[in-house]
Amino acid sequence: MKKTNPLILTFFALLCITQISLAQNAGYSVGDEAMDFELTNVDGSLVSLSGMENAKGAFVIFSCNTCPYVKAYEDRMIQLHEKYAPQGYPVIAINPNDAQVSPGDSFDAMKKRAQEKDFPFPYLHDESQEVIKAYGGSRTPHVYLLNRENGKFIVKYIGAIDNNYQDASAVTRHYAAEAVEAVIKGQNVGEKTTKAIGCSIKWSRNSE
Amino acid sequence: MNTFFLKFAVLFMLIPGFSSSENPDPDFKIISFEEFESLTSADSEKLRIYNFWATWCAPCIREMPHFEEASKDNPDLELVFISMDDGRRPERVTSFMKRKNIQSPVYLLNDVDFNSWIDKVDKSWTGAIPATLFILPDGKRRFHEGELEANELQNLIDQLKP
Repeated sequence: MKKTNPLILTFFALLCITQISLAQNAGYSVGDEAMDFELTNVDGSLVSLSGMENAKGAFVIFSCNTCPYVKAYEDRMIQLHEKYAPQGYPVIAINPNDAQVSPGDSFDAMKKRAQEKDFPFPYLHDESQEVIKAYGGSRTPHVYLLNRENGKFIVKYIGAIDNNYQDASAVTRHYAAEAVEAVIKGQNVGEKTTKAIGCSIKWSRNSE
Repeated sequence: MNTFFLKFAVLFMLIPGFSSSENPDPDFKIISFEEFESLTSADSEKLRIYNFWATWCAPCIREMPHFEEASKDNPDLELVFISMDDGRRPERVTSFMKRKNIQSPVYLLNDVDFNSWIDKVDKSWTGAIPATLFILPDGKRRFHEGELEANELQNLIDQLKP
């Protein structure tokens, strides 16, 4: 009676392993190497991390057309790019939303938005959602600051752009800018991860 | 000329009690995170459900009727919708509540320093909405990030309710 059925034990062991591997699939942590990608830009060209000339890294920002938080941050994304692209850290915006689930995030709508806002940075379409899955982005906007170290792109910061989406002039913590400033100076990033309320990723119905 | 009358009309519409409605207005207020925390830490005999949403969030709006349906005529449940809308524009929320005939209380959590409080709601929350916090009478918590179908919500409630 006291013997535990080995089948049950195996079952629980398997359950634990599944839980752990699920947790590990949640994407990158700070310090991980980020995968390169090759995605279509709104101008029709293909953009990859390794193809960015003179880049010492990048702000990979999962973004879209439809999220009010993204809209609130578009001008600040442009400013971030204009300030840090000349120092080797351009913004690369990636829209991971499925156009069937969220028609306002179609590639045509992306082209239109990029034109309206005159984005100085690439705005890429992650149509297969492979990049967002690998990175583990869960919302828009979601920032990954990467630094090129021995040819690898290492994640240095994950999170929000700053701590006030409503009012840029009331921001007291410029998380993304503070992180890149530290990286440029060769210092440790103080706040390595932050959270923010954001719009959920519109996953393709086929992928679930 | 016309704009003067328009402004006048808008002014009258803004005066409380001037626009009549058949149903009593559901509970709406703007709260701080501290007020939210004192809500969630209060004693209760019920299964409390806090659903984080916003008027512009399509998956949130899709799941709202499931929450209202589940809590309707169920004295063991207490449902509060926690709005993430812009606190400077509460009328967007109140007009939405009227339009969709929302019966449960709606509190707009007006604190944009998100990083300071998201982990206090639940460590597993990445910040995406919709998201739902369940609190059992004994204070235990269960958190779900993402949209819930009606049957998923019902299963969760059946599991958790006292």
